[in-house]
Amino acid sequence: MIRSEVLREIAPILRDHLVVCNIGLPSQELHMIDDQPSNFYMLGTMGLSSSIGLGVALAQDKTVISIDGDGSVLTNFGTLPTIANNVADNFILLIVDNGSYGSTGDQPTYAGKKTSLAAVAKACGCENVIECQDKDTGGVLQQAIDSKKMTVIVCKCDSGNIKLPVITMDPVVIRDRFMKSVQA
Amino acid sequence: MSINTKIVDDFVANGIEFVTTVPCKQLAGVIDEVEAREEIYHIPSNKEDEGMGLCAGAFMGGKRPAIIMQNTAIGVTVNTLVTLTQYYRMPLPMLISYRGELREPVACQVEMAVHTKALLNQLNIPTYHFHKESDADELDTILKYTFMCNKPVAILTDASFWGGYGDQ
Ligand SMILES: [Mg+2]
Repeated sequence: MIRSEVLREIAPILRDHLVVCNIGLPSQELHMIDDQPSNFYMLGTMGLSSSIGLGVALAQDKTVISIDGDGSVLTNFGTLPTIANNVADNFILLIVDNGSYGSTGDQPTYAGKKTSLAAVAKACGCENVIECQDKDTGGVLQQAIDSKKMTVIVCKCDSGNIKLPVITMDPVVIRDRFMKSVQA
Repeated sequence: MSINTKIVDDFVANGIEFVTTVPCKQLAGVIDEVEAREEIYHIPSNKEDEGMGLCAGAFMGGKRPAIIMQNTAIGVTVNTLVTLTQYYRMPLPMLISYRGELREPVACQVEMAVHTKALLNQLNIPTYHFHKESDADELDTILKYTFMCNKPVAILTDASFWGGYGDQ
């Protein structure tokens, strides 16, 4: 499965929760598959999906799912120790690990080579780290939500992209409707 | 009352409950004060752009954030300030130690100091410079202004403000 197929499969789970979605194709795909006011689409700032999601989770009680990529986690590696040491049991970091920088033309990342993001997350002190195959992501994600334990999921999937439009929604609109979902 | 207590009192009085920090020698006392306060969740970050991501999330989650960092961080965070904090219109008070100013013993710090105000100016970030301790009287008003306009706002605090640097 490629990332858009994984997102299509887990969209029915995501729609009931606050979601912070990574810049570029992941946000464009989620926006096309199942746009929800509870989705925060990142239009810039590669690497900060996990940081933004952790901030939301620490500030309130609803479940927050950060959808991140292997390339983006590599860009902001410092996030993993911060997550490990600031436990928010309403926070799930879902790393869609396709071993490539998808949005920029599928250049290979080190996560697709020798580097294991799951092993790194564990070494950083994250206590619940699950590496799964693409087809199992829905089940693993639902279990993580139900466990009410902060969980890092590394979903191994194929690299590959679909053609789709950029998000033209105004950033303040994205932020405003997301905040209303937080307060709802 | 120490200046560190006064600064954090103003934070608390303005409803700031979520503070991320990247340390600087000049900021050690105020960071200790943030850590000690019950009203504040203190979350050290490993890099300032990460910290700004945390603050953006906390704000959307309903808590007023602040970041405490060195001026060298302006070089690290330009993209984040522009495409996250400003683009989505979020408030962010930035208490910044202004290294490389008068009484600075480390020459390399001056290299970033000479760009600091120019960069903030280029980014249209409202900027205040605390040089004497009494300048901090305005902090409460600056914080109110920040959450009124939903912008990142810089508060540069130099070595003279902190009563000198090191053993000088
Ligand atoms: Mg990738």
